[in-house]
Amino acid sequence: MALKGWRDIPIGGVVPAGGTAVEYKTGGWRSHRPELDRAKCNNCLLCWLYCPDCSINTKDAKITEFDWEHCKGCGICSEVCPIGAIKMVEEALVEE
Amino acid sequence: MKPSLTSTEIQVKGIAVALDGAKIVAQAMKQMNPDVVAVYPITPQTEIVTTFSEFVANGEVDTEMINVESEHAAMSACIGASAAGARAQTATTSAGMAFMWEVLYVASGTRLPIVMHFVNRALSAPLNIHCDHSDSMGARDAGWIQLFGENVQEAYDNAIQSLRIAEHPDVMLPVMHTQDGFVISHGIERAEILPDETVRSFIGTFNPQYSLLDPSKPTMFGPVALQDYYFEFKRQQVEGMDRALEVIPQIGEEYGRLTGRKYGLLEPYQMDDAEVAVVAMGSAAGTARGVVDTLREQGIAAGLLKIRCYRPFPAQAIAEALRGKKAVAVIDRAIAFGSQGNPVFLDVASALYTHRLDVKVLNYVCGLGGREVLPRHFDQAFQDLLEVARSGETSPVVRYLGLRE
Repeated sequence: MALKGWRDIPIGGVVPAGGTAVEYKTGGWRSHRPELDRAKCNNCLLCWLYCPDCSINTKDAKITEFDWEHCKGCGICSEVCPIGAIKMVEEALVEE
Repeated sequence: MKPSLTSTEIQVKGIAVALDGAKIVAQAMKQMNPDVVAVYPITPQTEIVTTFSEFVANGEVDTEMINVESEHAAMSACIGASAAGARAQTATTSAGMAFMWEVLYVASGTRLPIVMHFVNRALSAPLNIHCDHSDSMGARDAGWIQLFGENVQEAYDNAIQSLRIAEHPDVMLPVMHTQDGFVISHGIERAEILPDETVRSFIGTFNPQYSLLDPSKPTMFGPVALQDYYFEFKRQQVEGMDRALEVIPQIGEEYGRLTGRKYGLLEPYQMDDAEVAVVAMGSAAGTARGVVDTLREQGIAAGLLKIRCYRPFPAQAIAEALRGKKAVAVIDRAIAFGSQGNPVFLDVASALYTHRLDVKVLNYVCGLGGREVLPRHFDQAFQDLLEVARSGETSPVVRYLGLRE
């Protein structure tokens, strides 16, 4: 998203619409990322419920992938997983 | 004292009252009928709160009055109410505003047109409840418009104009208007208030561009803005302040057509042919005006430049008003410790320098902690100015009036 000049933004930092977080990519904040062990995961979706950034994508009540544009790497998904299927790995060690 | 209009030009006949500054501001609040008033009592502002709370208890206003636990909470409640689209007002003084300091910046940074009825009082320590301007000077860079009133009438007039200034779409900034503690806040004077319906039509209705309580247009107030946008929002605030320099006199003109009392950024008195002049704010300006009259009778070309609008600072207008003067004394009722002079002086001296005016200028500190500001003090300042005009020697630049050595 191209950054706008001061004349072209609403005053006072007001965000004049709902749902704009989708445009704000917070993935760059991440120092650690969740790694899902699909063999262990039973799709209880507690991680989906707890994720503060709605960054756990699902289809038909099953996890498909993480949303890397918005996942900040906070680790909550890993903490709440009752069977230890999500571990946090250092972002720098991840091979793209 | 004000530029007078003929009686046929004045649109509304005022109602004569005998009130002190605190009570007349409470009257103005009643007539403005704010949606929310969040306030915490503190001397010498308490009388505003107690008087207004009687209006609330008697059902004379529709205001939701929030008796908060602190001034920090008072300003925070005003911020929430204003973001929701309400007209929000508060009143405080001294340590009360010092406690608001953090959230003063949130109000201005969020561009919320909150009105603060302010009473000037010294800051501790030592503990002192009487007038000086240390408290409002602490907020001079907080992004609030600051108007200084000279007397009870101006406290009322500024209170009502503050709302219009704050809500002007080109401005959208919070406004504090001040009155000197006890000197004005507890000094009963004859003044005129407007009929209720005149105030109502003057202030109109507030139609905020954004409101938290409009479900058809969801908005968020107070988000984070980091390296990418924070700077741009601060630049916008500068623009709001700059535009206020145009809006404040426009509203002052409109108010003048209504009442016969016209307001600008400054109020020059005998300045056109003055050779020496005093620059003052608040009640001290009234004392200085009397001294100017006395000196004029003695054939001395003395003048007074009263600053009504201190933030935004009308640098250009001040430079124009002081152009060609032989010597000028700037009165400060506060100390900016460690600075090379005190707040009003620093601003005036900068305005002279940036407008390439070589006017000899002195800085007088007076009236701290309610110390009386007397005609003889201004007389002393004018005598010093005449000496400076003769000799060209300004040292020491910072001087004190009414201080025991």
